Amino acid sequence: MKELQLQMDAFRKSNTPVVKNGFMIVKYNQLVDWSRGNSVWPLSFGLACCGVELMHFIASRYDFDRFGFALRASPRQADVMIVAGTLCNKMAPALRACYDMMAEPKYVVSMGSCANGGGYYHYAYSVVRGCDRIVPVDLYIPGCPPNAEALMYGMIQLQNKIQGCEYMQVKIPSGYGDD
Amino acid sequence: MGELKHYTFNFGPQHPAAHGVLRLVVEVEGETVISIDPHIGLLHRATEKLMESKPYNHSIGYMDRLDYVSILPNEHAYVMAIEKLLKIKVPKRAQYIRVMFDEISRILNHLLVLGSTSLDMGALTPWFYTFREREQLMDCYEAVSGARMHANYYRPGGVLRDLPNTMPQYESYAWRSPAETASLNANRQGSLLDYIESFTEQFPERCDEYETLLTENRIWKQRSVGISAIDAQRAIALGFTGPMLRSTGYARDLRVDEPYAVYDELSFNIALGKTGDCYDRYLVRMAEMRESNRIIKQCINWLRKHPGQVIADAPKVVPPSRLSGKENMEEMIHQFKLFTEGYCLPEGEVYTCVEQPKGEFGVYLVSDGANKPYRVKIRAAGYPHLSALEALCKGHMISDVVVILASMDIVFGEIDR
Repeated sequence: MKELQLQMDAFRKSNTPVVKNGFMIVKYNQLVDWSRGNSVWPLSFGLACCGVELMHFIASRYDFDRFGFALRASPRQADVMIVAGTLCNKMAPALRACYDMMAEPKYVVSMGSCANGGGYYHYAYSVVRGCDRIVPVDLYIPGCPPNAEALMYGMIQLQNKIQGCEYMQVKIPSGYGDD
Repeated sequence: MGELKHYTFNFGPQHPAAHGVLRLVVEVEGETVISIDPHIGLLHRATEKLMESKPYNHSIGYMDRLDYVSILPNEHAYVMAIEKLLKIKVPKRAQYIRVMFDEISRILNHLLVLGSTSLDMGALTPWFYTFREREQLMDCYEAVSGARMHANYYRPGGVLRDLPNTMPQYESYAWRSPAETASLNANRQGSLLDYIESFTEQFPERCDEYETLLTENRIWKQRSVGISAIDAQRAIALGFTGPMLRSTGYARDLRVDEPYAVYDELSFNIALGKTGDCYDRYLVRMAEMRESNRIIKQCINWLRKHPGQVIADAPKVVPPSRLSGKENMEEMIHQFKLFTEGYCLPEGEVYTCVEQPKGEFGVYLVSDGANKPYRVKIRAAGYPHLSALEALCKGHMISDVVVILASMDIVFGEIDR
């Protein structure tokens, strides 16, 4: 019992989870965020070209299951919507309907330049100039299309965001931008 | 008990088996499909209209994004149209590189169809197998153009640059030991051609793997044999091309009938089916992948023996070399003018088509002599296939609709344009 008391004190001081003696002391919110962040279920929703890269992120080489992602076919079971591709005017109501159907808490990742702001099709008469005009976006991933690694990086940032990181963790690899 | 009536339900546009954004309004009696009404236009990006406002060389990228599963053959049709109007002669090496990448794209496309068709039928395993190979082929795209998908590699007059002599390598990190890295890099030690060759050597075995999983699989056969069978006459009347037409037993292949690039110098067979049902479409695609593999091998052999230019000597269309653009003022101005203003095409109209993995992909280009096209019409291979959905689905079960849709190999980038 005294050990547990010490552990509790250590937790109060550090405010981070303390694991000792087979017990973990953690705030309820932290536990919920931790589990939420590690079981993010995206909605399978490929609009255009980015959908192919999304499929590659899911498939063999990048294998997104290892991060706790699992594709859901129904918006009612999904936590995050990856807007993968050009959003057109005709599609916008359907996208919004899917978003509205998702249960809280829900997140939106805008994938690729078309979803970010229209991109290559910005001046087309039938394209929504960025999916953030239709749904609130949590994270933007640049690229046309962003490769599977970029999407993976973005989704890890989303996990960090869900798990309550106060800032996006950006780690610049050594030697980057030297030339 | 009330009177029994037809029941109408909605499918899509957000549906995992819709292959993008397709909405179907399906009328059924019990479980039998009475009528199907496909609603398209959910991915209409106004490509043709946008092309009218851009110089010719700015629109090559739109071609990539039309049919985003078979990327380079689309570009091929477009650059061929420009070359035809300008009467540029493309160096042979560039032609061979184009053919090689067209065939790589064909394998890429058919692998995706194979994987997603089996996924729609509930078999997840083949999907992981095919994507393993797709990753390798996308590495070829990346090595040659810098992009995994939207390569933008073909240019009027040839291709952007010659094949690279080195391949990018995997790196070790905390979770990958040096020994593991070395084994991953084993086939990446040489040039891109060596890498593609090592792929072509192992690919027939991979095809055998897929066939072991599917060809004699009872569920696969029950779901696809006799589903949406169609005869050649009807298929032609409906405007079918590509594997959809060839699965009916009608030999029509633009690579043979109207040879473009260097297809007349290569030896390959056309895969034909018999009944035109979903199972035959699958068999035709499997055989086509093996044939593409053969074509790639022939291209590698030729390319090894014949180094040389990969882009024509046409200074009005082809940008100056990077180095001369930096050293020479005139060249720099020329480079700037070429990439901002583009070039003018002589007045006239032209239609070029290629045998894209899905069928005939054509570009009809009208020029009024300006640096922008007056009108571009794109003939998407998938459009007639999708219009025939009702003809193919009538009388089948609801669950067959998904299989038929998958076997048609539709991509909305090109159908909605």
